[in-house]
Amino acid sequence: MAVISPDNHGLRLATRYAVLILIAVIFIFPLVFMVMSSLKPDQQLLADTSSLRAFLPVGDVSFDNYAKAFQRAPIGLFVFNSVLVTGLTVLLCLLVCSTAGFAFVYLNWRGRDLILSVILATLIVPFETIAIPLLLLVSKLPWIGWDGLTYGWLNSYRVQIIPWVADALTIFLFVQYFKGLPRELIEAARVEGASWFQIYWRVVMPLSGPVLATAAILKFLVMYNQYLWPLIVVQQEQYRPVMVGLQYFFQLNIAWGEVMAYLTMITVPVLAFYLALQRAFIASIASTGVKG
Amino acid sequence: MSSKLTTSNGAGWAFALPGIALIATFIIIPFFFAFALSLTNQRLISPNPTAFVGLQNYSDMLSVSVLQLAPETDEAGAIQRDADGSPVYPRVRDITRSDDFPQYRGMREWFRVHLGDTAHVVIARDVVFMKALVNTITFVLVVAPLQGGLALVLALLVNQKLRGITVFRAIYFMPVVVSIVVVSLLWRFIYSPDGGLLNNLLSALSFGAFEPVNWLGNPDTALPAIMGMSIWQAVGFHMVIWLSGLQTISPTLYEAAEIEGASKWQTFRYVTWPGLRHTAVLVLIVITMQAFALFAQIDVMTRGGPLDSTQTLVFQAVERGYGKQDISGGATISVVLFLMVLSISLVQRWLTRERT
Repeated sequence: MAVISPDNHGLRLATRYAVLILIAVIFIFPLVFMVMSSLKPDQQLLADTSSLRAFLPVGDVSFDNYAKAFQRAPIGLFVFNSVLVTGLTVLLCLLVCSTAGFAFVYLNWRGRDLILSVILATLIVPFETIAIPLLLLVSKLPWIGWDGLTYGWLNSYRVQIIPWVADALTIFLFVQYFKGLPRELIEAARVEGASWFQIYWRVVMPLSGPVLATAAILKFLVMYNQYLWPLIVVQQEQYRPVMVGLQYFFQLNIAWGEVMAYLTMITVPVLAFYLALQRAFIASIASTGVKG
Repeated sequence: MSSKLTTSNGAGWAFALPGIALIATFIIIPFFFAFALSLTNQRLISPNPTAFVGLQNYSDMLSVSVLQLAPETDEAGAIQRDADGSPVYPRVRDITRSDDFPQYRGMREWFRVHLGDTAHVVIARDVVFMKALVNTITFVLVVAPLQGGLALVLALLVNQKLRGITVFRAIYFMPVVVSIVVVSLLWRFIYSPDGGLLNNLLSALSFGAFEPVNWLGNPDTALPAIMGMSIWQAVGFHMVIWLSGLQTISPTLYEAAEIEGASKWQTFRYVTWPGLRHTAVLVLIVITMQAFALFAQIDVMTRGGPLDSTQTLVFQAVERGYGKQDISGGATISVVLFLMVLSISLVQRWLTRERT
């Protein structure tokens, strides 16, 4: 048997950590650069890129870029729109997809298996391939609102929310999770005369914390980071979300300090949320990989 | 499992209906709508009624021909040469605009290859579409294996039993939660020709020998630059999927391999890899679908340029369907894209099928 000397072992351990740290630097440097640059005036920001100063809060550090970014674009409105659209879609999605998952797993009804397989087949249709026909469709859809019956959903909150409420992946996640819950619980509640709604709300939902968290996190990421869809269905500033609002900052001579300030403002809250719930985020992605 | 207790058509439909109706309206109908629209001349807003045009949109996009051009000769039969000594060829424009060749009308040169003195000129009715098609396929063929492979390496690295390993896992995953739009704009700065971080880094590493490159402004480097950034952003996602696959492999198999004295490579080859079969299919299909959908990076970084070197199918679908309000053109591209996604996922499933 080979004798492993402590020195040799220590060296190997150090190499492993060195590799891990080097890779970590590759993943983290653009984000550190973004935050640090948002604090510097343009001239210094550009000068600092030739040294490690680019990643340090040194020199003429201030929040001026943030103040200027607020003057350039109605950032408060964009954030409000994004929070509203993301929040409402996530809530509606949890409700609609969990009830659908409940029906697919616990109830026997005609057409169930066929419909479930059609829904799961939509998993291989990327959104990008239906965006253009969907644009035509929503431009004609009727809506009953304060001003009676109107046609066309362009430039509204609903066009950003309703098409995204139900999706095959979230339904699949609920179906997988519900299959793992003990069926006896549901049958016992049924024998005791509970209605289906009571079983859903009082028995199944209280046991569904993990899948609700997973589905909420995945939907949150998709919705907050929406770009293509709001870009083509919202032309009015009033309804624009943060990612499309970025367009106020690309122009011929980009004021990089302001751009970095805007990027930092719309990214850091999400990163903080991620770091706080890191395990849940990673578990969410991992659960999409569970083979059904 | 059909128990009397759980049979209820009314309740079943009531619970499932909202989800079914939304998916039908916003995914399934537009999906079939894309096929139907691609056979018409539908525009977003148009005074003229929509007409059925058959496969016209497809032939307008996919028509390709090859012209074989012999060099121009003078009266003595000698090949005419320009100042550099290269043979002079007839102009392609003279052929595509000539009444003698109505079949080539409206086509433009895509690229040419010289075999001997003969120039083989490939002409296409829609050169931008052809470039978008080739770029998209190139992007998929490069990014899918590279990103899948790197993700597996990262997964193996963070699957080690080391103190603090979850910190590294969390860091590698971080770019995934950042919007691709934010990442694209950030990397536009990193790739910038003057004062960009990448040029400065390469110049520092080579002690100033490296000549600054305009990464996104050069047709040869623009698409590779976007590939690199896309992999950086998304690799953590697939690392986590591989990791969940790795964790399903029973530790007793590894113990057995160790007792048998298997090398690290043998352990990977005969224990780890066979256990990752399903994960491999999933990772490849997901990456392929994401790669085919390439849009935001292009929209933020290059808008298809320089010289159409970063045109992609989705960017063209949006440019036509939304930008030019040519819904039928956008729908046609969408159908082509979907058929490619479908065939690639079928091929991947077949290649990785269970052999019994």
